[in-house]
Amino acid sequence: MPLCFTLLKDHLILALPEDGFRNVLFDTTICLALLVPLTCLCSSSVPSKKSTLIFSVHGPSVRTLITMKILVGVKRVVDYAVKIRVKPDKSGVVKDGVAHSINPFCEIALEEAVRLKEAKKASEVVVVSIGNAKCTENIRTALAKGADKAIHVEVDDKTAEKLEPFHVAKSIAELVKRDKYDAVFLGKQAIDDDANQTGQLLAGFLDWPQATFASKVEHADGKLTVTREVDGGLQTVKVKLPAVVTADLRLNEPRYATLPNIMKAKKKPLEKITPDKLGVDLTVQTEILEVTEPPVRQAGGFVEDVPTLVKKLREKGVIA
Amino acid sequence: MFAPKTLFFRSLGSLQKRLNSTLVVAEHDDQALGAITLNTITAAQKIGHEISVLVAGANSKKVAEQAAKIPNVKRVLVAEDAQLKDLLPERVTEVVLEAQKKNNFTHILAGGSSFGRGVLPRVAAKLDVSPISDISAVHSPDTFTRTMYAGNAVAKVKSSAKVKILTVRGTAFEASAADGGSAATEAAEVGKLNTEISEFVSQELSKSDRPDLQTARIVISGGRGLKSGDNFKLLYELADKLGAAVGASRAAVDAGFVPNDMQVGQTGKIVAPDLYIAVGISGAIQHLAGMKDSKVIVAINKDKEAPIFQVADFGLEADLFKAVPELTAELSK
Repeated sequence: MPLCFTLLKDHLILALPEDGFRNVLFDTTICLALLVPLTCLCSSSVPSKKSTLIFSVHGPSVRTLITMKILVGVKRVVDYAVKIRVKPDKSGVVKDGVAHSINPFCEIALEEAVRLKEAKKASEVVVVSIGNAKCTENIRTALAKGADKAIHVEVDDKTAEKLEPFHVAKSIAELVKRDKYDAVFLGKQAIDDDANQTGQLLAGFLDWPQATFASKVEHADGKLTVTREVDGGLQTVKVKLPAVVTADLRLNEPRYATLPNIMKAKKKPLEKITPDKLGVDLTVQTEILEVTEPPVRQAGGFVEDVPTLVKKLREKGVIA
Repeated sequence: MFAPKTLFFRSLGSLQKRLNSTLVVAEHDDQALGAITLNTITAAQKIGHEISVLVAGANSKKVAEQAAKIPNVKRVLVAEDAQLKDLLPERVTEVVLEAQKKNNFTHILAGGSSFGRGVLPRVAAKLDVSPISDISAVHSPDTFTRTMYAGNAVAKVKSSAKVKILTVRGTAFEASAADGGSAATEAAEVGKLNTEISEFVSQELSKSDRPDLQTARIVISGGRGLKSGDNFKLLYELADKLGAAVGASRAAVDAGFVPNDMQVGQTGKIVAPDLYIAVGISGAIQHLAGMKDSKVIVAINKDKEAPIFQVADFGLEADLFKAVPELTAELSK
């Protein structure tokens, strides 16, 4: 009980659902040490299993523990600089022997999570990737860039080809339910399918708020203030944690993985799991009937000078 | 004893399911209907079902009147509530779900703008269906075309989802006429909004007297070659001469020359004007993704090897600081 009394000065909110700690706004590992006395107090004073208790925390050492556990999704995609080729049988694009890397937007999301951790605003950064065995390479890169541990939801090559953002969001939602994260950071879109759906789907599945196309993220008092890149300019919203954030290009400049960090990343924990074990159904809802090349634009050639250009544009009727 | 009644309701239920109908979620700013909504209506027409338009907002009546005038729109559902101001996706989703509960739409569409992209996948998750983004063609009520890999692959996809949730690429469909129809207007349920989880703080919208980038007939874009934000003045002068909108490449935005909402490309805006003039833009894959459907492309660049010349109808190998003022002057003649 003395420990409980020292906890009654500032504001620290603990939500205690039946399955233990959730929405806990400080480091869960440290929290475990407090778990016994806290639950003693709860069971004696609160009969309902699903209630929010307001505790107070005394002393700065405990207050600094009010941080987030962040899950970051990273996708392995064909490198952005590769000029892709469509397979002659129209079943997809050529991926064998083509350079792959982490989707650029995922790198930005990861960088933001790592920066929040460095600023002591986050306690742990976990990366998750869903795909075939080759994803491990990219997961290791993410670990080298500062993630603490990783989860690989492994599927075979064939399944990987048919994964939809819907399935990815469902898998991440299951992991969030299992591991209790305070925030999920994702890129705004993957540069291969260009879908721009996963973050919004995930927020929908979890009933969490969403802050999409983020160009600035600030964390305070259990809320994120996010500046978003919208069609007409910038919009700022405040979302309550837990929340889903998707990163836009201008959120930050991702770091490079250094050699020592690449070596260290090899020792970081990597959990492998299957969608089956997460209870996620991968039934295809959007079947790709065929993939073709876009119509090729013929270059028209050069014009000598500005007057010729204007003359030709007038002939075409595009300018008056 | 209850059997006949149950049977009656059951058959009524299945009858209702078979009535195909499409919902278009309107985009607006409490004053006017967003231009992309008209393109979305055209896509909805190609699906071929009865079209309803949902106008949700704090002040939606005026916009609803505009929506009711769009030809081929059968019904306009108006959800008005102060808490729908600023159209936060967490709230608009609830309104769409209420409309869906009542009407059982087979298709729900919105424009592929930051509003539509924010709301529709969230709605899809709630309805437990896989959505399809940014369609550029409708082949049948369940088969669509969309592009992938920055527009370098075109996929024809077939959806087996029980409700098709689609965002529409505005430039791929003509805008529907804005007048001539007379749809019935009815109040829509707002539902239970969770206002706790998200709130609007502020916005900074770029003000411009020039035409909107995505609907302009002529677009002039500048890239890294412009060297500074001040030098964009050259493009503005030319744009004013032509009544054109001004865009930019990612390099120009990243360098701070112009704001982000001017970016044309895979991750910026997709445009397809009659005339696109690329000035000081090399033509990276990601930029081409946003403009290669333009009818006529002009490239002005001093590097003869720049990839932009491979897609340009007219290439001018020249220093833009000379060529652009000359072009402005030539057009004044």
